[in-house]
Amino acid sequence: MSFISYLINGISLGSVYAIIALGYTMVYGIAKMLNFAHGDVIMVGGFAVFFAVSMQGLPTFAGMLLAVVLCTVLGIAIEYIAYRPLRQAASSLAVLITAIGVSYFLQNVALLIFGANTKAFTSVVTIPAVKLANEQIIISGETIVTIISCIIIMTALTLFINKTKAGQAMLAVSEDKGAAQLMGINVNRTISLTFAIGSALAAIAGMLLCSAYPSLTPYTGSMPGIKAFVAAVFGGIGSIPGALIGGIVLGVIEILSKAYISSQLSDAIVFLVLIVVLLVKPTGILGKKIQEKV
Amino acid sequence: MKKLKINKNLKDNLITYGIIIIAYVIMQIMIKTGHVSSLMQGLLVPLCVYIILAVSLNLTVGILGELSLGHAGFMCVGAFTGAFFSKCMQDIITIDILRFVIAILIGAISAGIIGLLIGMPVLRLKGDYLAIVTLAFGEIIKNIINVLYIGKDSRGLHFSMKDSLSLGLDAEGTVIINGAQGITGTPKNSTFTIGVILIIITLFIVLNLIHSRDGRAIMSIRDNLIAAESIGINITKYKLMAFSISASLAGIAGVLYSHNLSSLMATPKNFGYNMSIMILVFVVLGGIGNIRGSIISAVILTLLPEVLRGLSNYRMLIYSIVLIVMMLFNWSPKLINLREKYSLKRLFKKPKEVQ
Repeated sequence: MSFISYLINGISLGSVYAIIALGYTMVYGIAKMLNFAHGDVIMVGGFAVFFAVSMQGLPTFAGMLLAVVLCTVLGIAIEYIAYRPLRQAASSLAVLITAIGVSYFLQNVALLIFGANTKAFTSVVTIPAVKLANEQIIISGETIVTIISCIIIMTALTLFINKTKAGQAMLAVSEDKGAAQLMGINVNRTISLTFAIGSALAAIAGMLLCSAYPSLTPYTGSMPGIKAFVAAVFGGIGSIPGALIGGIVLGVIEILSKAYISSQLSDAIVFLVLIVVLLVKPTGILGKKIQEKV
Repeated sequence: MKKLKINKNLKDNLITYGIIIIAYVIMQIMIKTGHVSSLMQGLLVPLCVYIILAVSLNLTVGILGELSLGHAGFMCVGAFTGAFFSKCMQDIITIDILRFVIAILIGAISAGIIGLLIGMPVLRLKGDYLAIVTLAFGEIIKNIINVLYIGKDSRGLHFSMKDSLSLGLDAEGTVIINGAQGITGTPKNSTFTIGVILIIITLFIVLNLIHSRDGRAIMSIRDNLIAAESIGINITKYKLMAFSISASLAGIAGVLYSHNLSSLMATPKNFGYNMSIMILVFVVLGGIGNIRGSIISAVILTLLPEVLRGLSNYRMLIYSIVLIVMMLFNWSPKLINLREKYSLKRLFKKPKEVQ
């Protein structure tokens, strides 16, 4: 029985990773860059809710709305100020280091405003826990909400990309920027839109993550960010179903190895699985193989 | 023409060595005359560690052209193997300097071997995939060391991955690596002088490699892999060569680091990916592929937080803003055009080349 509850916890954690990984994977697909600051946008989302609900006493819904709006604006601003000028830069390393700089910047702003102490985050979920099989399996409200939100987000995003004009524009830009521009697509606006969606998802992920693991520091986002990035690579970076698969697999492996093997080695096991997958399939599970032209 | 070029390289290298030696002499004079605070003196060995790390990572990132985010992992291997050796041999080899030199060699070799083992499968990947896998390896190394227990008694060495009790030691046995508590009581052999000697050795290895036939082969892989392959350069061999030399130099830095601390632990702060990223920042800010630049940026970025100590909370904020602005200024095509238009760059570049 405990195996099933571990499995459900794993899927829940994996759903959070999947939502974060979506942000990575969309940005990578379109801008071909590793957005190292994505993990810190999660932290900003968490702090926005904390600020609104715990410090200002606003209703939970208002806090969530504030977090999503703030992170969306932040995502667009980061792209505009820090990444756009470097899009044509000679080395792709430049934009990577800039992203690291943005990550440091967000962490230190949060550190200055809220201090280094760990904050207790009040869960945004009010659904009671569900008990199954004579109370042997307890599924918390957070778990249910996380899994459901992940499903909704995945469906909505797939529909958005396949059925709307803006979504098709995103696909076109990720395929070939120059050709998309010639077809009359506004590349800059499409990239901004991608960052906006990715950051809004990061805000949601931040709320869910902090509700499930209710401690908030300026560095909360960095490790989940790295793991979600691993999930995105694992599933094949640039692929939306890949992010879902990668996230869930990673979450389940992490929770199961924590439960059955060693809590200290769980990260190592997660990373080891990534390495094995990449060595067998260098572009991830659902990644496309790109033939190199000479 | 060719002779002139070699001379220029030699001159360039001599200047780099000269800067280090002059800085060392000035520093020694200042210490002797009491102009250096004890805080600053405590920073000297870490400074040497960071310089070695930056120079060695520049070999992977700048010369080989592959992004590695696991450099701290190799440092970790070097630090632990070196400290382990010193701790084991403390009673057997009583001459400090001899033991330390052997420890450095052991640290370098073991980090090099780990680099080779990791490099063999990993270097098939490219770009960002390679970056994330090296990051993963760095984290794995750190995690494994955190659950490793090694003890020594009259019957030899005992290993365990569980806890120190399961080692089953004799009454006189001692635990050397105690899991997350790491190694305590490593002899404090690292000094500024040894650090500077190691920097010069590192520079000697890296600079000679760059200007050798092998170095040119490595750089041709960076510039165009397919072209390099088509003229018969053994890609795998040269990639592995650069990667493992870089790893073993990081191992040397690790040994130096571990022998400066009384207790050595593998925490996310000293051996995690944040450390790898910090070294990468040294390299990129100093100029990718520019060895002297790495040294200068490592010195500045290590000393900057100390200089800005008065601004305590704001110093990392300033650091991050400086980092972003510098990157935009150096790499944005628009700003580069703007700079060239007003030809400030040419004015600045001329004295630099004479130097």
